[in-house]
Amino acid sequence: MSGHTLRTKLYRELWHLKGQVIAIALVIGGGVAVCLMSLVNYSSLTATRADYYAEHRFADVFVSLKRAPNHVLQQVARIPGIYNVGARVEGAAKLDIAGFDEPVSARLISLPETGMPEVNRLYLRLGRLPEAGRNNEVVVIGSFADAHGLVPGDTLSAIINGRRQQMTVVGVAESPEFVYIIPPGAMLPDYERYGVLWLPRKSLAAAMDMSGAFNSLVLQTEMDTPIAGVIDHLDRLLARYGGTGAFDRSEQFSHRFLNDELNQLKTMATVFPLIFMAVAMFLLNVVISRLISTQRDIVAVLKAFGYSNRQVGWHYSQMVLVIASVGLLLGTVAGLWLGRELGQLYMEFYRFPSLLFSINPWWLVFLAAITLLVAWIGGWRAIRAAAALPPAEAMRPDGPGRFRKGAFERALGGLRFSQPSRMILRQLASRPTRTLLSATGVAMAAAIVMVGNFQFDSVGLMVHTQFARVQQQDISVSFVEPVNEAALYGLARQPGVLYAEGRRLVSARLINGHREWRTVLTGIPGDAKVQFVIDQNLNPVPLPPAGLLLTDFLAVELGVKPGDILTIEVLEGERRKLEIPVAGITNEFLGVGAYMMLSALNRSLSDGPQINQALLNIEDERAPGLYRQLREMPGVLGIGIRQAMLDSFFDTLARNFLTFTLVNSILGGIIAFGVIYNTIRISLAEKGRELASLRVLGYTHNEVSHILLGELALLLILGVPLGWAIGHGLGELIVSAMQTELYRVPLLITYQTFGISAAVVVLSALGSGFIAWWRLRGLDLVAVLKTRE
Amino acid sequence: MVNQPVFQTRGLTKVYDQGEVQVHALQGVDLDLYAGELVVMLGASGSGKSTLLNILGGLDVPSTGTVSYRDERLDGAREKDLTRYRRDFVGFVFQFYNLIPSLTARENVAAVTEISRHPMEPEQALALVGLEGRMDHFPAQLSGGEQQRVAIARAIAKCPEVLLCDEPTGALDSATGIRVLEALEKANRETGTTTVIITHNAAIANMADRVITLSDGRISGEHRNGLRQDPRSLSW
Repeated sequence: MSGHTLRTKLYRELWHLKGQVIAIALVIGGGVAVCLMSLVNYSSLTATRADYYAEHRFADVFVSLKRAPNHVLQQVARIPGIYNVGARVEGAAKLDIAGFDEPVSARLISLPETGMPEVNRLYLRLGRLPEAGRNNEVVVIGSFADAHGLVPGDTLSAIINGRRQQMTVVGVAESPEFVYIIPPGAMLPDYERYGVLWLPRKSLAAAMDMSGAFNSLVLQTEMDTPIAGVIDHLDRLLARYGGTGAFDRSEQFSHRFLNDELNQLKTMATVFPLIFMAVAMFLLNVVISRLISTQRDIVAVLKAFGYSNRQVGWHYSQMVLVIASVGLLLGTVAGLWLGRELGQLYMEFYRFPSLLFSINPWWLVFLAAITLLVAWIGGWRAIRAAAALPPAEAMRPDGPGRFRKGAFERALGGLRFSQPSRMILRQLASRPTRTLLSATGVAMAAAIVMVGNFQFDSVGLMVHTQFARVQQQDISVSFVEPVNEAALYGLARQPGVLYAEGRRLVSARLINGHREWRTVLTGIPGDAKVQFVIDQNLNPVPLPPAGLLLTDFLAVELGVKPGDILTIEVLEGERRKLEIPVAGITNEFLGVGAYMMLSALNRSLSDGPQINQALLNIEDERAPGLYRQLREMPGVLGIGIRQAMLDSFFDTLARNFLTFTLVNSILGGIIAFGVIYNTIRISLAEKGRELASLRVLGYTHNEVSHILLGELALLLILGVPLGWAIGHGLGELIVSAMQTELYRVPLLITYQTFGISAAVVVLSALGSGFIAWWRLRGLDLVAVLKTRE
Repeated sequence: MVNQPVFQTRGLTKVYDQGEVQVHALQGVDLDLYAGELVVMLGASGSGKSTLLNILGGLDVPSTGTVSYRDERLDGAREKDLTRYRRDFVGFVFQFYNLIPSLTARENVAAVTEISRHPMEPEQALALVGLEGRMDHFPAQLSGGEQQRVAIARAIAKCPEVLLCDEPTGALDSATGIRVLEALEKANRETGTTTVIITHNAAIANMADRVITLSDGRISGEHRNGLRQDPRSLSW
């Protein structure tokens, strides 16, 4: 005999075992696919973003100022390290969109005479840039255009600085500056009520009284220049023009959130697949060892013929490697495809111009090597055990297994078991290690499905908490300028308004030594009823009479604790610098906040009782009329509607998160099936003879199936709760790895998730059980009796 | 001996399709078996004796011909009816015992008595084969001969109409084999169960009422022993 014969044996056996081969390959494939999917998704999005930034010259440094004459630009350009300067006029507007009665606000940004900005270039999706001299032409950001169905040729009217202006949409564009857009004072995007518009510099400057001047700078710096130096220069130069402090990308809103999201994806792309892979590998190990232990007599025969341990070992290694390769291939194809599809989905969400498909080939090599190695190790233990037996001993039938009445059975001595039930119990009790491994396999499968699902519960809880408990207003109204609290009485008198409460939001930079954070300082009335600060147990946190209340995430970032003094640079009005003590710290799920008593905030700014946001509770049926009223009020910049934000959030969540989760659940289900199918097939192979004997003795097909399926049922009863416990632990691990500025996911696992994970496993078990039941029908009674083992 | 046969086969054939080759395991067997008799069926391997036994026991169906158990036709019976037939009327003893390793001797017997209509007590059946002292032992704790005697107890405990034994001593040394045959003989004598033993070991023939020889799928000889010999006097 030569290697050729063994190879033939290998192929035939693989073919003969095809059901199990496929099931094991699916387990491997599932693990590999999740791994690759996440990696491809993450690395493609990262590469896409980098490319987008480079291609469209995304700025490195940003500055807002009150007003600087254009000649200051020459000084800016002389600052060492700056090589590309974009000076702009920025403003805000209220928009009238035909057919949309609610107030809509927009951020306006000027375009240079040449059309395309030098920094933060636009990516035109539709149409063109405004032509020179055409001052009523405007380019609209894609998300806003989509929300209102705006296309080139449509018109809209804007109220800029109190003056109404008619404008024609000539283009729909994206910008690296606005990948992520959240209305001021809000926590979630609202594409219908907030957009970004680009206008010719001349027309915007005229409207904003900014002719010959600019109020916003975006700059690109040389690669090797430390940005901190550039920022210092800029701050010194622009202070007298009302500069609010230059900042780099890390404080740019869109970039920061995008970064957060990509970091979260990175966590998903590392922690999650690691868990998945570890579980898949564990299962592989269990399944392959059991598969090979059923080949014990064949190993003996081969050895009796004179094959060396090495030859036998290599033969079985090949078997394992072929199976692993099939899984690897399945997983690679599925993973690359899924990663690409998922990337496509995210890309639509982020509105990148085109998706770059990227994966480091070394990852593929590494993944393949790990997969094959682990599979081989799993198999090798069993092969070595089989090869270690002297051939004669291995060829002898295994002999009746050694059984005894277990402690468990004695404890249940009072119960009368039928003999088949006794068989099930003793079978499991006699091989505790194997039972434990099988139950752990089932548990891991359940845990994987659970981990795939719980995140949706957690995010749901987080958002519901935020909106049901913390933000009880129906709408929030933003004012163009701070107004006296008395304005609330005017709002409260509007038909349909049930309750009105004021707040003041102030842009500020919080500074502790070299640590700083740009955020919004929120002044909340002491008797606030609709929006207040809560802790993670959902209890309202009383505002300190003086001093700041910080989100714990922010306190950690700034390195402060209660009692410390924070420097606060107010970025509007008189640009005051305040020293305010930290009075307390709270833990919120969503967003990062710095809160003060409204009266204390106004006092610090030497202002009277001023607010710039009103939170209203309204009557639903009178909402349309009220929206129209608000739109006409000159002081009102825009509104945010709670329900609309929630809808849009869950829509986004459903599209992105759920897709990820669904894919994970399906792959988890596949793994569950692979494990259980193999467990039951191996049981069938091991017990075929016993079951056939019982059939011969007159047991019916169903009575015999009971023995096989009863064992499976017990494994489920042991495995599923264990899986819940493991899933809970993994959930904690993932949650702690996913803390970001935007949100800190609490760990919440609903009964539904427990149910789904159990259901997936039980369904897999039913499917596998049915196959086993079907195969038992075809059990060849005569053949089984004739052979010894 | 009663004249009404328990089993009657006429023109029984069995063809196995093994890929391109057809194996004619039985080629026209006419056979009557009577209540209470102990029949030894002799034949070399491949003579068709196991196939015949399997058909009589409801484990297999003939290709052509008829087989009836009392008034019931077994050829063409549905799987469900064959299961019911095995459960109610047939006791099997196999060459390799086929005990359930996870059950004790007593429980192995109980596995059958639990599903039977008029069983004897497992203890009684085990006493009949001389194993009253080993009832709580697991198969792994019993010798081969003891295991086979548990198998016999298991087969007779349901008080079957017929006991079918396929090479019951095939895996045992002669001294142990003889003890097993004694148990079978005793069971046949004391319960009156029709007993068929198939074997290739001609020495066993002398314990039978009737000896039937099979070769090449046909009955090639049949004779009746004037006197059944005590198994203890056999040797091989």
